[in-house]
Amino acid sequence: MEEKITTRRKVLIGMTSAVGAVGASFAVVPFVASWNPSAKAKAVGGPVKVDVSKMQVGQKIQVSWRKQPVFVIRHSKEALESLPEVESKLDDPSSLKIDEPYRDVHPTRSLSNEYTVIAGVCTHLGCAPKYYPEMESQPWDESWVGGFFCPCHGSMFDIVGRVFKGVPAPTNLKVPPHYFDGSILTIGEERGTA
Amino acid sequence: MTQQSSGFFNWINSRLPIVNTYERHLSKHPVPKKVNFWYMFGALASVVLIIQIVSGIWLMFGYENTEEGAFASIEYIMRDIEYGWVIRYMHTTGASMFFAVVYLHMFRGLLYGSYHKPRELVWVFGMTIYLVMMAEGFLGYVLPYGQMSYWGAQVIISLFGAIPYIGESLEIWVRGDYYISGATISRFFALHVVALPLILIALVFMHLVALHEVGAGNPEGVDIEKHLDEDGVPLDSVPFFPYKVLNALVAIGIFGIVFSIIMFFFPEGGGYMLELANFEEANPLSTPEHIAPVWYYSPYYAMLRAVPDKLGGLVVMGAAIAILFVVPWLDRSKAASIRYKGILSKIAMTIFIISWLMLAWLGTVPVTALRTTLSIIGTVIYFAFFLLMPIYTSIEKTKPVPERL
Repeated sequence: MEEKITTRRKVLIGMTSAVGAVGASFAVVPFVASWNPSAKAKAVGGPVKVDVSKMQVGQKIQVSWRKQPVFVIRHSKEALESLPEVESKLDDPSSLKIDEPYRDVHPTRSLSNEYTVIAGVCTHLGCAPKYYPEMESQPWDESWVGGFFCPCHGSMFDIVGRVFKGVPAPTNLKVPPHYFDGSILTIGEERGTA
Repeated sequence: MTQQSSGFFNWINSRLPIVNTYERHLSKHPVPKKVNFWYMFGALASVVLIIQIVSGIWLMFGYENTEEGAFASIEYIMRDIEYGWVIRYMHTTGASMFFAVVYLHMFRGLLYGSYHKPRELVWVFGMTIYLVMMAEGFLGYVLPYGQMSYWGAQVIISLFGAIPYIGESLEIWVRGDYYISGATISRFFALHVVALPLILIALVFMHLVALHEVGAGNPEGVDIEKHLDEDGVPLDSVPFFPYKVLNALVAIGIFGIVFSIIMFFFPEGGGYMLELANFEEANPLSTPEHIAPVWYYSPYYAMLRAVPDKLGGLVVMGAAIAILFVVPWLDRSKAASIRYKGILSKIAMTIFIISWLMLAWLGTVPVTALRTTLSIIGTVIYFAFFLLMPIYTSIEKTKPVPERL
């Protein structure tokens, strides 16, 4: 009899606790979900347009999309032709580790054979890498071949944003969705999606 | 206890144990009769905690937790509110001084083996306080929304991105936006001024309750509980009041002088306490030339930078803090205090101090190839100090610890 009561009590305690735990997890949902981006935050951040025809060869400009920097670089023919030469230094020259949107279209990684469009957000810890196009010795690399250097933690990328070996950044800089209409570059959407 | 007493105070006291608590935890609380200045930093830390709470409440009167208003409201506090600059510099100096006294307090623990049995939990609570303080300091640093607030937060929040699979969504969840925006600031504000201080105060309470249960240690590592008088009070102890209170007052006085000198004359601490880039409003499009954490995070930041792998860096940095929690179980020495430990412990401690200071410096300067190598060496020494501790503390010959203090 005594035994039976104890078992019965244990079962009841177990069931009550289980129901309570389920209830508590549901109660947590609004508290966790309220930290997601609000409807307002999601609504801001539409595509941006920029005229790239005025850019000099070799020049880099910075465009703000969703308050994050996007780099647009106009490459010289020589620079693009020399891209395969640095591949031995790169960790992932063909961008296989990331979801590359315009793979094998152009060596620029973008929808243009002259301009590169990449997110200026280091894939390590989110700093904006700096552009050092000159092929000259730098404090962080004596045989610098030109590209991007992140001042925060020393990650290095080539001129189209592909990451070097042995640096903290795990992957190549991302290519944001974009398209060209003549010299008008739209960043933040694919052609015909809007 | 108070049969013949009467009056209002006794009415209260028979319902709320004021006298008992006061005597047990303050006036009559026995403390070791011989300690040195290293034993003052705990008291100083509680003084700074009070300074931070008071100055923090006063800062809230002028601070605005929005993306548009945050930076300007700091300028408003600094320029327009009467004595606002004192309140703010008190809070920023307090932050640095909090870490300074806590680091010295922790170092005292390492030096004299304050974590030895039966004080393991006191150490663990203390480490938890340190961990919460690091979060608290980080959140507070973001609030002015200056360049360094922004980019420092960008780096720290991006650390979540290193966690496989869920990392990227976690980053957005923490920010509440696609960049560090007003949404981020307002939640950081709530955490900084309410949530974490509550946790911190609760932890300090636990730290002290646990300490008072087992009694304070001493630089000799002598167990004073072994020799008690007829009332069960350790023979080698003195009551907290007046002996330790007066000692503490001297320490607090000296500390107040140091604190004031920094607050009035060097509130920026040469750019190590308030970074110069933070006098510029946050610009999400331009990373400052050189991102460095404030000095109290720099050793761990140097470790993060030393690892050429995103997830690896995060793991190493986390492990560097986590390993501190288990020190009571890593130290196998019979002697608690460095005074009676063997030569290996002394060498290890010396190398550890040098490498920790080196890492602290490396975390504040830009990266070069040589400095990265030094950071790697420093990180290896840091971990070796702790991971090899069970070995060198058990094979070395210790000196006999005296019976009495």
